[in-house]
Amino acid sequence: MNHDIETTITVNGKPVTRRIAPRTHLIDFLRDELGLTGSHIGCEHGVCGACTIRLDDKIVRGCLTLAVQANGRRVDTIEGLSDSGELAAIQKAFHERNALQCGFCTPGMLMAAQDLLLHKPDATREEIREHISGNYCRCTGYQAIVDAIEIVLTQNRAGRKSQVTA
Amino acid sequence: MKAPAFAYARPASLGEVFTLLAQHGDGARLLAGGQSLLATLNLRLSAPDILIDITGLPGMAGITIEKDTLRIGALATHRELEHSHAISHHLPLLAQAVPHVAHIAIRNVGTFGGSIAMADPAAEYPAVCVALDAQFVIAGAKGERRVAAREFFKGMYETALRPGEVLVAGEFRIRPEGYRSAFIELARRHGDYAIVGLAAQANCSDGKYSDVSLAFLGAGGEPVLARATAAALEGKAFGADTIALAQAALAKELDPPADLYSSSATKLHLARVITGRALATLATLAAAT
Repeated sequence: MNHDIETTITVNGKPVTRRIAPRTHLIDFLRDELGLTGSHIGCEHGVCGACTIRLDDKIVRGCLTLAVQANGRRVDTIEGLSDSGELAAIQKAFHERNALQCGFCTPGMLMAAQDLLLHKPDATREEIREHISGNYCRCTGYQAIVDAIEIVLTQNRAGRKSQVTA
Repeated sequence: MKAPAFAYARPASLGEVFTLLAQHGDGARLLAGGQSLLATLNLRLSAPDILIDITGLPGMAGITIEKDTLRIGALATHRELEHSHAISHHLPLLAQAVPHVAHIAIRNVGTFGGSIAMADPAAEYPAVCVALDAQFVIAGAKGERRVAAREFFKGMYETALRPGEVLVAGEFRIRPEGYRSAFIELARRHGDYAIVGLAAQANCSDGKYSDVSLAFLGAGGEPVLARATAAALEGKAFGADTIALAQAALAKELDPPADLYSSSATKLHLARVITGRALATLATLAAAT
């Protein structure tokens, strides 16, 4: 009964088909089978957020998703969003504000931050904190991370304004 | 840790689900959003033979209104509830509770039905459903039945669901005019398990509380409906004296079990604090309109 299941997932824009054991987490499939080790594995029970990835444009926990559940769906990882340049502004802000130290949480943190930048362009500091509350960082104390996200939000708002006036 | 091995099926109809459930009995678990189940498997607290993924079933998602009843499909995600105008308009208590459910990445996937069927004593929706006197629609091989939320939760992770049954939807009476609601939860970190929380609703017409529902989470094995406290509030005017009276009544009625971090006395104290806040909020909301 415990047969592998043929599964097709579009990962960072490219469809991949593999036979996958049902117990395989999506995050393990991405890391071990596809070599996409940018997303990290921390707690493996949905608490730390290090494995945050995008599934059909929504951020999810890679450790609380089975790879077979992603059949026929789109997955985007830190590698894909880095290469496409989508994360360039927030990555630069993280760098400039010292919003990382050991870097273990950073890929998941960037995914959560980018989700906020896309969906809550007018977020307050309090809302930034709420949005990243599912992502643990044990180095920074969060202050610098919130600063970095706030800087990009402010830049984006200024960009929107100048677009309106131009 | 990694989950132990299991088989996986993604049936396309409820009929197939009943067949699989009959075939595998206790060895089968239903998989909806999986945000609690998969964590449990990863921690090896549970080792089912087969997961039956019900997310492909038709007619089990969505939020619909028929006459004075709002129906939430079991597969509706927390995110859908959070963004639903029907819910913020007709069931504000539920809308107020959703942001307290875990974190964004989990709300994107976790489902209403999953939270109800899991019956975690610290979860938000069970308390909200008890406060709102919701009905649950349950399907089995022999047909459908309805169970009141106030009868459904039997204890920690225990419900009225029988083997072979599937929770299909929750049904809520749309809130009548004059009612106000407040959801307050105390947690160590935003989105974490509640230490204690309260889903409160009351008719707040004419500067008085009536038809009060106070359902606590994190205060027992299942949501605790504070009936004596609600009765003590009946017809009482807004104000500090009424809040003090409710807090005194609650001390006699509520006996929350200690958890890892908080003693029973601490929880009772916190429950009284949030009861005061909730009653004050209801009065403020009533005055604002």
